[in-house]
Amino acid sequence: MALPYDDDPKFADYAHPERLVSTDWLARNLGTAGLVVVESDEDVLLYETGHIPGAVKVDWHLDLNDPVARDYVDGEGFARLMSAKGITRESTVVLYGDKNNWWAAYALWVFTLFGHPDVRLLDGGRAKWQDEGREMVTGTPTPAATEYPVVERDDTGVRAYKEDVLESLGGQLVDVRSLPEYTGERTHMPDYPQEASLRGGHIPGALSVPWARAANEDGTFKDREALAAIYEQEQGLTPREPVIAYCRIGERSSHTWFVLQHLLGFEDVRNYDGSWTEWGNAVRVPIAVGEEPGEVPAR
Amino acid sequence: MTATTEGLPAAFAAIVDDFNAVGAPDRLQMLLEFSRNLPALPERYAEHPELLEPVPECQSPIFVVAEVDGTGGDATVHLHFQAPQESPTTSGFAGILHEGLDGLTAAEVLAVPADVSDRLGLAQAVSPLRLRGMAGMLGRIKRQVREKSAA
Repeated sequence: MALPYDDDPKFADYAHPERLVSTDWLARNLGTAGLVVVESDEDVLLYETGHIPGAVKVDWHLDLNDPVARDYVDGEGFARLMSAKGITRESTVVLYGDKNNWWAAYALWVFTLFGHPDVRLLDGGRAKWQDEGREMVTGTPTPAATEYPVVERDDTGVRAYKEDVLESLGGQLVDVRSLPEYTGERTHMPDYPQEASLRGGHIPGALSVPWARAANEDGTFKDREALAAIYEQEQGLTPREPVIAYCRIGERSSHTWFVLQHLLGFEDVRNYDGSWTEWGNAVRVPIAVGEEPGEVPAR
Repeated sequence: MTATTEGLPAAFAAIVDDFNAVGAPDRLQMLLEFSRNLPALPERYAEHPELLEPVPECQSPIFVVAEVDGTGGDATVHLHFQAPQESPTTSGFAGILHEGLDGLTAAEVLAVPADVSDRLGLAQAVSPLRLRGMAGMLGRIKRQVREKSAA
């Protein structure tokens, strides 16, 4: 049974206001049957230091990624995870996390690959809840296992592979990394190993819109008008044309994917999760350096 | 447990034994304890952040400095870390290295096997990728100790 949507006036302007809840809404609805709150963080131990009462933890590394191949769990793996976390196909899932909801947005995107119907993000994430002095607990809930159906993962709608990006060169691409990552400038000192890529720069034609531009100081999303001013007016992105977002491993670009897909209502938004750790290590793919999007090679 | 502690200094061997004596969920709790027990950065470094070395292998910003008292292999090593409070995993790794290595001689620190982070049984609880951060910290500590004890 889905919970009512948050009628916060700020959300009403977004293309899909049903994908966001405020901390007020969550505080009011905690404990309601049908609601499962999920924390998803970069730091795997943060949940243990304290979390929203009743929240369960989903870790991107340990729970959402396949343990061997660089891929996501399959339908059976996802169903097992959902069952263990007390989530049914009918549950309203509210995700929140650290680092401006990067990993929560990433988890929401993975839930989308399995078509979970009602999954929402807590605007402002863990930091906002904490800053408002709201209750945090350390006790871990032990939900009863549920029957979650095995739904085959569908990558076609919101996930882009390297081949898809190559195919769509010349189309709308958004690089959400920081500017030095985009330009290809590297801080390199002798004896300092770098966990990164063999090449620096960006995919030719990609616009540089660092993810943080979509966020307010307190980690909440900017309102629709401010977002449209950045992505549509300033960058000239067209909601009717397909767009692909990428970063380093696909977490920051999940944040931008959420903005374009759910807040601005772009029609065809995909997240390229291979991102720069794939592209910057791939053989014979085109790369542009510097602050300009660069020339797209003829195919 | 003898195989996993081979070549480790006594304090580090005890930590490895403790971790391997419990199951995965308890290992997370132990790591949390280590993060809570990490000593605060001494005042003198708070005013001189340039003396601290960042560890980019970690997902979270953490800084480390190895102080070496004396020269040569018998010099004594002291470690100081600065890690953000919202990064308990990284702080926990730092806490393990502090408890396992602080007060040892330079020769003992340099002899610590590079794979020590893999012996804690944390790969399943924390993921191998995150454990790389701990290996990165150890590598930087060793390099500082090598340079400073040679002076």
